[in-house]
Amino acid sequence: MMHCASCREPFHGSPLICAACGAVQSSGVEAPDYFQVFGLERRLGVDVAALEREFHRLSRRLHPDRFARATAEEQQNSLRATALLNDAWRVLRDPVERVEYLLKIEGHAVGEEHAGKARSAERQPPADLLEEVFELNMQLEEIRMSRKMGETADASVLAELRTAGERFEAMLDELDQALTAESTKWDAGKGQARAGAAARMIELLDRRRYLWNLVREVREALGAAA
Amino acid sequence: MEYIVGIDLGTTNSLVAYMQGDQPVVIPGVDGSNLVPSIVALDPLPAPTAEGESSPPRPTVTVGNSARRALIATPERAIYSVKRLMGRGIEDIAEELKLFPFRIAPDVQPGEVLRIQLGEMNFTPSEISAYVLRQLKRNAERFLGEPVKKAVITVPAYFNDAQRQATRDAGRMAGLEVLRLVNEPTAAALAYGLDRATESGQHARTVAVYDLGGGTFDISILKLNDGIFEVMATNGDTHLGGDDIDNLLLVVALDEIRTEHGVDLRQQPDAVQALRKAVIEAKITLSAETTAKLDIELPGGDRYQREIPRAVYEQLIAPVLERTAGPCRQALSDAGVRPEQIDEVVLVGGSTRIPAVRRLVDEIFQLNARGRRPHMELNPDEVVAVGAAVQASILAGNSAATDQLLLLDVTPLSLGIEALGGVVARVLQRNSTIPASATEHFTTGVEGQTNVAIHVLQGERELAKDCRSLARFDLKGIPPMPAGLPRIEVKFLIDANGILQVSAREQRSGTEAQIEVKPTYGLTDEQVEAMILDSFDHAESDFAERQLIEARLEADTILSAVAKAPENGAWQRLTDAERAAIFAARDRLIAVQPGSDLKAIREATTALDQATRRFAELMMDQAVSQAMRGKTMEAANRTLNVDQAEIHAPHPFAQAEIEENAAVGSGETREGNE
Repeated sequence: MMHCASCREPFHGSPLICAACGAVQSSGVEAPDYFQVFGLERRLGVDVAALEREFHRLSRRLHPDRFARATAEEQQNSLRATALLNDAWRVLRDPVERVEYLLKIEGHAVGEEHAGKARSAERQPPADLLEEVFELNMQLEEIRMSRKMGETADASVLAELRTAGERFEAMLDELDQALTAESTKWDAGKGQARAGAAARMIELLDRRRYLWNLVREVREALGAAA
Repeated sequence: MEYIVGIDLGTTNSLVAYMQGDQPVVIPGVDGSNLVPSIVALDPLPAPTAEGESSPPRPTVTVGNSARRALIATPERAIYSVKRLMGRGIEDIAEELKLFPFRIAPDVQPGEVLRIQLGEMNFTPSEISAYVLRQLKRNAERFLGEPVKKAVITVPAYFNDAQRQATRDAGRMAGLEVLRLVNEPTAAALAYGLDRATESGQHARTVAVYDLGGGTFDISILKLNDGIFEVMATNGDTHLGGDDIDNLLLVVALDEIRTEHGVDLRQQPDAVQALRKAVIEAKITLSAETTAKLDIELPGGDRYQREIPRAVYEQLIAPVLERTAGPCRQALSDAGVRPEQIDEVVLVGGSTRIPAVRRLVDEIFQLNARGRRPHMELNPDEVVAVGAAVQASILAGNSAATDQLLLLDVTPLSLGIEALGGVVARVLQRNSTIPASATEHFTTGVEGQTNVAIHVLQGERELAKDCRSLARFDLKGIPPMPAGLPRIEVKFLIDANGILQVSAREQRSGTEAQIEVKPTYGLTDEQVEAMILDSFDHAESDFAERQLIEARLEADTILSAVAKAPENGAWQRLTDAERAAIFAARDRLIAVQPGSDLKAIREATTALDQATRRFAELMMDQAVSQAMRGKTMEAANRTLNVDQAEIHAPHPFAQAEIEENAAVGSGETREGNE
């Protein structure tokens, strides 16, 4: 149980600010996680509209603008608490980032390597997509070449690319639905069921990252050719 | 009562405003004008005397409207649009140097803070901006009758960390504690929101602010909800604005004068500045009329006469305006909204007076098609300063009109660190709400390694070399351990000003690693301290005395100008009544000047300034035509000297480069040319 550093009351809701005495808390060694910041249970189902209201309510009390005439220490507390609040809002409002974050604080290895180390160059396409990805890369290469030569890309190649892009976007949508389904299972489940949902979400996230990069490349190529 | 003022430090004009009760008020200068042109001119140094050689001369400068004349009379001692140089290095500004007569000190090295030559002295861009800020501070003190020590200063939303730091440094040099840097479009939204808070109710609205100023372009998409101004996305170009249009018109005129009249004015900085003034006037005319005329007397007595129909003008500037469309689309996409979801568009910046700009905005946001019009009720030159005053009032927390308002802004550029192979690893995405933080972990690669070098970057490109270098850090004092064992946690924190702070800790040993911050284009604290203007300036005890001294000096300045007036040809063009009015106002000022009635001195000074307004205009016109004809011996000599003394300085108008630049700048043709 966490207590207010100023009046020692236990927190109700967000531990960034004490509901009892109004003191903005200085960040201790053990910072609250993003769910705790909003006084939430660790669950993937989040009511984003309610989250936004709480974000605004806390912002009004924590933001550095409210402490422009306060002591240096209070200003520093406000700055750190608001940064943490904003970080939490940014991650929790997005369903995909929310899953990644939750899996990470649950101790799973997720996502791209940390910066500073080499990013894995040998990102393998998922086996079932090998053929399609190969074809897509050919089309992308053709469009890049024609752009380099200062020519307008071949209309039929552009059309093919557009079709492929739509197919991959549809896959992305499907995948997001699957992710939501597994999220619900994770929230409802315990033990084995929960571990199974986590494992499937990790797989889905890897596939999603790969698909997302493809979709982005297609959008860029089409955008530049337009 | 301690005032916090709001300042719009603009490329072309700067303003200061404050909240008078619940009402924002723009503070006029001595000349009665709300706009202080961002022009700084170094006054002539006193002639060296035999005994005076030991101490370097203390420079004095002229700022604003009074410095405008120096742009034409002594262009080598004056500078405008210095905002374009804030927080930049010599390697960034090649494009600017082709178009602006900036004289960079010849010994500036890549990676160093720029220094600009004015006459015989060098100044950093922050120092020059500090002179403008000090003028605004004085105007505010004069108006409020109180010392002013705290300010909110606006910056383009798309300013990076170095540009923001340079602005904050300028504030410190001017004797101002900068409580907050606010993004210009957000400030404009605040200014408008305040006016309509009562009718808006609870309904959330999505607003786009299109801000095309003298030298910068910003687009911000905001969500307004019950007093909270939440920026969803921002984008822009910190080197795009009315300046670019001026330069296009100028180049066309210079080329035509050369081909049609065989005169190359590019070699005469004073003539170029005079021509620049003429094309700016034509540009302003073309916002209201369908045609504008240039009629300029050239050396040798020829006249350059040119009619510019608006259609031709619009065709010419279309590529410049088109450069604002990309950032708009990107911001919409980043905010996750479609153009038709934008409820309202706010136009900010003097350049939004151009009808073609309004048409472009209408097209991008499909306004007319939806029966909507952009907001431009507030003066586009003043709205940012008004918003800064509103933000100042929010910080002061003393006005009922603003205590429900809160601004949640974003960082415009992604933050990253250089990883192996020179690629950028993102640690914080653009458009993250600030304050924002990110944590990264590092380790060592060699046994016993005690230092790790980290390179922090800002920008959207994949490779470090294409991004903005913010700083290089050395994490020192890591306890010697086998390679890969130390676990160093580096915390990046972007504060509410959009400025980065970094801290680090070695987690296994618990030791705090020391961080040495080497700002890539910044000044150190010591350098800023050394550049603080008039450190005695803000002592409170002598405030009243200083106000009186300044008022008497202002009176001296205008009286000596009036004393010399009859020597000027323009004097003869005044009517008898006008001359009589000037004499009457002069005598009144002479009578009150020695006294200690501050208000009387100021009123008499203002009255004399008003009485001489038309004379000043006539004199200005005369200076322009003299510069064009190159007739004054003095001017001719100076031009000669400048050319000999500054061979290494890049010339303001190297022609071939401009044509090349114009082609590249047109955007659509870029791909085809490569």
